[in-house]
Amino acid sequence: MALRAPTLTRPTPARRVIRPIGLLAALGILAVCALLSVTVGSKPIPATDVWAALTAYDGSYDHDVIRSLRLPRTVIGVFVGAALGLAGALMQALTRNPLAEPGILGVNSGAAAAVVVTALAFGSTGATYVWPAFVGAALAAAAVYTLGSRGRASATPVRLALAGTALTVVLQGLIHGVFVLNDFVFDRIRFWQVGSLTGRDLDVFWQVAPFLVAGVALTLCLGPSLNAVALGDDLAATLGANIPLVRAATAVAVILLCGAATAAAGPIWFVGLVIPHAARLITGPDQRWLLPYSAVLGAVLLTAADILGRVVLPNSELEVGIITAFVGAPLFIALVRSRRMAQL
Amino acid sequence: MSDTLAPPRRSGTSGGRTTPRGSFALRLFGERLSLLVRPRTLVVCLSLTLLSALVLIVSVSVGDYGIPLGAVPGAIAGYGERLDVFFVQGVRLPRALTAIGVGAALGVAGAVFQSLSRNALGSPDIIGFTSGAATGAVTVILVFGAGRVAVSLGAIAGGLFTAAVVYLLAMKNGVQGYRLVLVGIGVSAMLGSVRDYLLTRAELTDALGAQIWMIGSLNGRGWGEVAAVWVCLALLGPVLLAQGKRLRFMELGDDTARGLGVSTQATQLTSLAAASALTGAAIAVAGPIGFVALAAPQLARRLTRAGGTTLVGSALMGAALLVVADLVALRALAPVQLPAGVVTAVIGGSYLIWLLYTEWRGGRA
Repeated sequence: MALRAPTLTRPTPARRVIRPIGLLAALGILAVCALLSVTVGSKPIPATDVWAALTAYDGSYDHDVIRSLRLPRTVIGVFVGAALGLAGALMQALTRNPLAEPGILGVNSGAAAAVVVTALAFGSTGATYVWPAFVGAALAAAAVYTLGSRGRASATPVRLALAGTALTVVLQGLIHGVFVLNDFVFDRIRFWQVGSLTGRDLDVFWQVAPFLVAGVALTLCLGPSLNAVALGDDLAATLGANIPLVRAATAVAVILLCGAATAAAGPIWFVGLVIPHAARLITGPDQRWLLPYSAVLGAVLLTAADILGRVVLPNSELEVGIITAFVGAPLFIALVRSRRMAQL
Repeated sequence: MSDTLAPPRRSGTSGGRTTPRGSFALRLFGERLSLLVRPRTLVVCLSLTLLSALVLIVSVSVGDYGIPLGAVPGAIAGYGERLDVFFVQGVRLPRALTAIGVGAALGVAGAVFQSLSRNALGSPDIIGFTSGAATGAVTVILVFGAGRVAVSLGAIAGGLFTAAVVYLLAMKNGVQGYRLVLVGIGVSAMLGSVRDYLLTRAELTDALGAQIWMIGSLNGRGWGEVAAVWVCLALLGPVLLAQGKRLRFMELGDDTARGLGVSTQATQLTSLAAASALTGAAIAVAGPIGFVALAAPQLARRLTRAGGTTLVGSALMGAALLVVADLVALRALAPVQLPAGVVTAVIGGSYLIWLLYTEWRGGRA
């Protein structure tokens, strides 16, 4: 994969300046969001107290809230957001499909169904969602991709979306069946299924962290090769890219990221769709920039959505999955209506 | 899915006039009434009717309280042991008849939707009708805590509103099939998150009830539901059947249909209204049972090998599908009764996967 990245178009000088500055700015915004996420809530806690809670823990109520509730929530939000942003960018690059996204392509549903079935079979608790989520995500991704890329033509955007929807329908039926069989599973899973950062402790994070880190590291290595793949299989092969290897590595990274994110926060739709499109506006098509941007912006979106969910209703919270659905679905529809998709 | 649009091949003659291959013309009353009859369609329709009747009898006879098959006809008529009569007349027969009615309504409505959108995927499930109905019902149950009638009305309102929104959002130089489907996916995802939210805010028992309503079920349906769905079928079915021929012409394209003397706007409006009302009735009675409306017309078309949509065949196919699905839902994990919607989702979704698989095998998209 030691490949000088060919880019589709030479970046304009302006873009060459903007990209590093923009990434720094995005990191700054992420830092602000993370800080807000720790301070804002039904009980606002000043930033100085937050710092004290982290460095000089005195066991007071505020410090306890910071350490046991808001900090885990923020950390998980940042990592899950980054994972979903990256997963979306990878899927869009791998399938050359602007609609590719963990939710639309059924990967989230695969993870959810596997978690629900495991919960029914073994009565497992939140901490053991991780492995079934991986297995489910992997199986669903493989099924949708096989189905969508059948036939002579390569997988078109519509095909993959349809294949993902069909799979989602079957899996939702399965999930509903399990819910009818077992009230207890339903009672627990309904809070996970909505997609939320509430009530997750750092144990969950430490369980998924190795997979997240591996996924992110693998992804950031793939940038140059994905640039080559974007030119089409033939051209990429001429440029020396090992296409089967790149595809396999991308698929592994997607499954690591989606599985870990879903295990930690539940199935969250549309972050993986929205973020790469937003990032592409700034970076252009160069994956070496697009991927880091997707990670940072994904983290920003998820933490911001989480903060918004905390303040939008008085005395209550909106789960982050609901906010992202309402941000992402309109964009998805706009994308479908846009000129580029008109030829579908 | 371009084969939906294939015009009937003209060949074969009968009485000096041409008829499509594999059919003959039935002329009655000195040619004042003439019907085109395809033996294959006839056979398929008869077999489906027979299948539905057989499954009806079986589902009336089996259960935790078994009734021998021989005693079933008597019990239906009101003779035999008192307990037999009670179970058959009071519980199992209305349930099975509701299944047949709802299945037929969904089948014929699905056929109309698919015909109008000229797309195998243009069924109420995909364009958001089902999802909207589920959300409407869950909202009424969990937010207002209202009774059955209000839930049904909420489901119908939710379904109609969502379908209208999806249709409008998909409109851009006319409504194009795949855009309709993709917009439907987006809107359904939003509605799904609303349902998930409501489910997390409710008491467990309420949430469980809403959860079952959300997927569609025939558990505990009685004669009131039978009457509701069959009256709707009797009123709206003929309206749609009368439009059948015009719908077939419109599958050839609006311009062609207009050239053949079809008033396309009126046909579109009448059949869309009637099909929506039928879907609404089915949902009001049984909840948003998925994928019967998608699968029934396609299966009927493949079985009859008709060039276009067959409304009667779709209705019979829908009835057979749902009555079989409900029997499976009842008995698969007995004594637990699954909602019928779970079975249709798994069967229908798998069928959709198979449909995509075979359509794409040849490289057609």
